[in-house]
Amino acid sequence: MDLTLKVWRQKDASSKGKFETYSISDVSKDSSFLEMLDVLNEQLIRENIEPIAFDHDCREGICGSCGLFINGRAHGPDYETTTCQLHMRKFKHGDTIVIEPWRAKAFPVIKDLMVDRSAFDKILQSGGFVSVNTGGVPDANAIPIPKEAADEAMDAATCIGCGACVATCKNASAMLFVSAKVSQLALLPQGKLEAQRRAKSMVAKMDELGFGNCSNTGACEVECPKGISIAHIARFNREFLKAKIND
Amino acid sequence: MSNIFNASIGRKLLMSITGLFLILFLLVHLTINLFLLFGSDAYNQAAHFMATNPMIKIIEPTLAIGFLVHIIYATILTLQNQKARPEKYTARSAGNSSTWSSRNMYFLGFTVLIFLVIHLLDFYVKIKILHDESIKDVVVNGETMHDTYTLVQAKFEIWWFDLIYILGAIFLSLHLSHGFWSAFQTIGINNSHWMKRLKTIAIIYSLIIGVGFSIIPLYFLVF
Repeated sequence: MDLTLKVWRQKDASSKGKFETYSISDVSKDSSFLEMLDVLNEQLIRENIEPIAFDHDCREGICGSCGLFINGRAHGPDYETTTCQLHMRKFKHGDTIVIEPWRAKAFPVIKDLMVDRSAFDKILQSGGFVSVNTGGVPDANAIPIPKEAADEAMDAATCIGCGACVATCKNASAMLFVSAKVSQLALLPQGKLEAQRRAKSMVAKMDELGFGNCSNTGACEVECPKGISIAHIARFNREFLKAKIND
Repeated sequence: MSNIFNASIGRKLLMSITGLFLILFLLVHLTINLFLLFGSDAYNQAAHFMATNPMIKIIEPTLAIGFLVHIIYATILTLQNQKARPEKYTARSAGNSSTWSSRNMYFLGFTVLIFLVIHLLDFYVKIKILHDESIKDVVVNGETMHDTYTLVQAKFEIWWFDLIYILGAIFLSLHLSHGFWSAFQTIGINNSHWMKRLKTIAIIYSLIIGVGFSIIPLYFLVF
């Protein structure tokens, strides 16, 4: 298939970006979105144009490195899919595809389609860990954990930190990401002990870094490649308010 | 509790608490208004009860504060949200991941505010502040009270006036369809089971409010 791509090009964080239009022909419908961009980059190199910079790593949908805003949607038109797992069969011959980077104050553009997501790391460093000494491996079933709690913690832990929630949120809020980290730890015995302190410090960090305020539109859970539920946000709110009331 | 209202979730808590309070107020308001459908004596008595109830002296300023906090914090939070994305997307396809109402709460709230001002000027200011001479007294069951029924009736016989009130009810209803469950979510009273239930109750509640407040102008227009 032949496609027209409108791609955001930006030299560096301080430069002003703009869209460039490229044509690409004979794209295989079986190629992934990133493979299509690889082919485009080969073409650009041959034409002596600087190739487009974009983030990627595992290309298996599990690392959270890739992330493009494609035709107005985080990770493109498919549901529960990362950009690397999006395939060109989702597009038609002759389509024009608009490709933008994640846009948020807390995710500044590094170059072209690459953004700096270290804000997520900073949030994790502020409390997304277990600092109590948990000792050696306990006997099986020595610490009973209800299956529902284990399942929910596991669901929250599937977050790959790609930032699609922030990218798609009309307020560029990081609540889904932070709530997934809070849930994952607060539901299990080791993490429960620090749940309140964690919620407080992660909220403070998230606010400080310039993420917006959640208005519960629910767009994040729809665009999340791992389908993480906003029910975690309710738990996060609960943990935070409990902690603040206890202060 | 230190600095709770400096945190994003703390500020949203204020939105939720005031929102839930206003949700409760709307139910009381609608109940009183529905007396309009049962004739002048019934409505005048209900309105008289509300106006003279000693509780109203506390509730009225609380209500005003509730509105103010809700509006002020909505503005603060919305301004912050604007700043969180300095460069906007060129292509945006938001419709498949969230409802229009949920994305436009501030706009909907603003339309409700405009309606509220019109509404207060029409009735509250006229009755309670200006003591407008067109409002006559009426005696029901031996008690003298304002004939607010006639005031409402005269207003609602004007078609464009009804239109304003029906539009007000529609915008309010849309605002509530998201605001209702969203308030519970922010307070933390929600989980994966209650998500669907709260969203269903939100739709039922907003329909009751929207249809309820629209029936009254329609009733006066038709009969």
